[in-house]
Amino acid sequence: MIRSILLSAVLLWSHNSSARGTGDLGIVIERADGSVQVIETTTNSSLGRISGLGDLSHASAVYSRDEQFAYIFGRDGGLSKIDIINKKLVKRVLQSGNSIGGAISQDGRLVAVSNYKPGGVKIFDAETLELVADIPATYGTHDQLSKVIGLVDAPGQKFIFSLWDADEIWVADMSNVKKPQIKKFKNIGRNPYDALITPDGRYYIAGLFGEDGMAMLDLWNLDAGVKRILDGYGKGEQKLPVYKMPHLEGWAIAGNFAFVPAVGRHEVLVINTLDWTEAGRIKVHGQPVFVMARPDGRNIWVNFAVPDNDTLQVIDTQSLDIIKTLTPGKGVLHMEFEPRGGQVWASVRDEDRLAIFDTETFEQLITFEAKKPSGIFFTSRAHRIGL
Amino acid sequence: MNKTLLIASLLSTALLFAHNAAAEVDSARQNELLYFIKHDCGSCHGMTLKGGLGPALLPETLSAKPKDYLVSTILEGRKNTAMPPWKTMLSQDDAIWITEQLQNGSMQPTKLAKGRQAEGKQAKGKQ
Repeated sequence: MIRSILLSAVLLWSHNSSARGTGDLGIVIERADGSVQVIETTTNSSLGRISGLGDLSHASAVYSRDEQFAYIFGRDGGLSKIDIINKKLVKRVLQSGNSIGGAISQDGRLVAVSNYKPGGVKIFDAETLELVADIPATYGTHDQLSKVIGLVDAPGQKFIFSLWDADEIWVADMSNVKKPQIKKFKNIGRNPYDALITPDGRYYIAGLFGEDGMAMLDLWNLDAGVKRILDGYGKGEQKLPVYKMPHLEGWAIAGNFAFVPAVGRHEVLVINTLDWTEAGRIKVHGQPVFVMARPDGRNIWVNFAVPDNDTLQVIDTQSLDIIKTLTPGKGVLHMEFEPRGGQVWASVRDEDRLAIFDTETFEQLITFEAKKPSGIFFTSRAHRIGL
Repeated sequence: MNKTLLIASLLSTALLFAHNAAAEVDSARQNELLYFIKHDCGSCHGMTLKGGLGPALLPETLSAKPKDYLVSTILEGRKNTAMPPWKTMLSQDDAIWITEQLQNGSMQPTKLAKGRQAEGKQAKGKQ
């Protein structure tokens, strides 16, 4: 008896000694190969690869609250749950024909996916990936289905999303999984293309493709409805072609300023968050795609659509000047900051590598191989609203 | 319309057709265009061209459409949609060649999904 207790204690010990924390881990989407690379940011190395995840173009990910599992949302409608410690695929379901992104609920028990085809949101049990709720994005008189974009989680066990074709924002309260309560806001503006939620979980803001402006919903005052902000920021000027839809995920906020990509214009717009008016515009190198704040808010990093996607620019949030222009290589698709902001990782798709920069000196520290990398997602997202 | 004019117009149509049928795009450019279709068109139409924010670009949906219409959609964009004009980045020949690939299905998702290896073979096949 004593021997067996000792033996199991030894076994337990040896098992634990190989355990590893996950706070410095992350994943990099390898879009063309249907794989993700697991990386760590303490010594900047690759820990392995998980394959067989389908079409990962435009894929994104969220984390379980214990940071052991990531949920990957693929373009082909695939939802994959991966274990980043043991580097294996846990479960994969093909939940629609064509999807665009997802979110995890406040309690960590539900994973929601927004779909283009069939248009709507499907909600899964985070543990088993079993379907628990299906919310078709019906609109119009003939029950048409709208493509759904801009899906985020919000406090109070809510998911919020926008309907590209229907010009609506829906708030789904999932407190009772069996009976989702849905509140719909109509005529919010033409063609919402993406949306974000402020880090405090209070304001949901959808960018409009079909109009110059953004639609804002104050989740603390839902009865006030959707308000238009930055209305007509380009009115009267010639419409410019948009070579890639900008992204609004990753709210860039510094002091009282928020920074968002203009649609089509070579500009980053500055919003005063006290009254939601335009506080300025910053001329940049190309059409901005991601406008992301370093976690301390002192600098904003911006990448661009084709044909300017070889460049990154850094904006100082005090002077609103561009203080650095970097050219990491062709196809800079995404950036992710370390949780405390000392380094930033950038994916350089066309050169099959990741570039890591020091965010103070802008020195490129190292690069390493990744196959057609796109999104980079660190585990610190597990504990942030809306990511 | 008099006879000469008719012949001339027929001839130029034939020439135009002949030109359209064989867009002059060298193999290096073909490789660039395949990459462009997969990753840049793919950002809205899906990397495997099955559709996304934009419609699917598969032979089933495109083969019946007039070629000129597709070429002009690529170069000039479509008003009141998210499709931008690409003429600042693509030439007429580029657009014709892309249209051919899309319509005849040589851009099949399976081939695309195989990545660069398949792209190389594809480009050689067109020479």
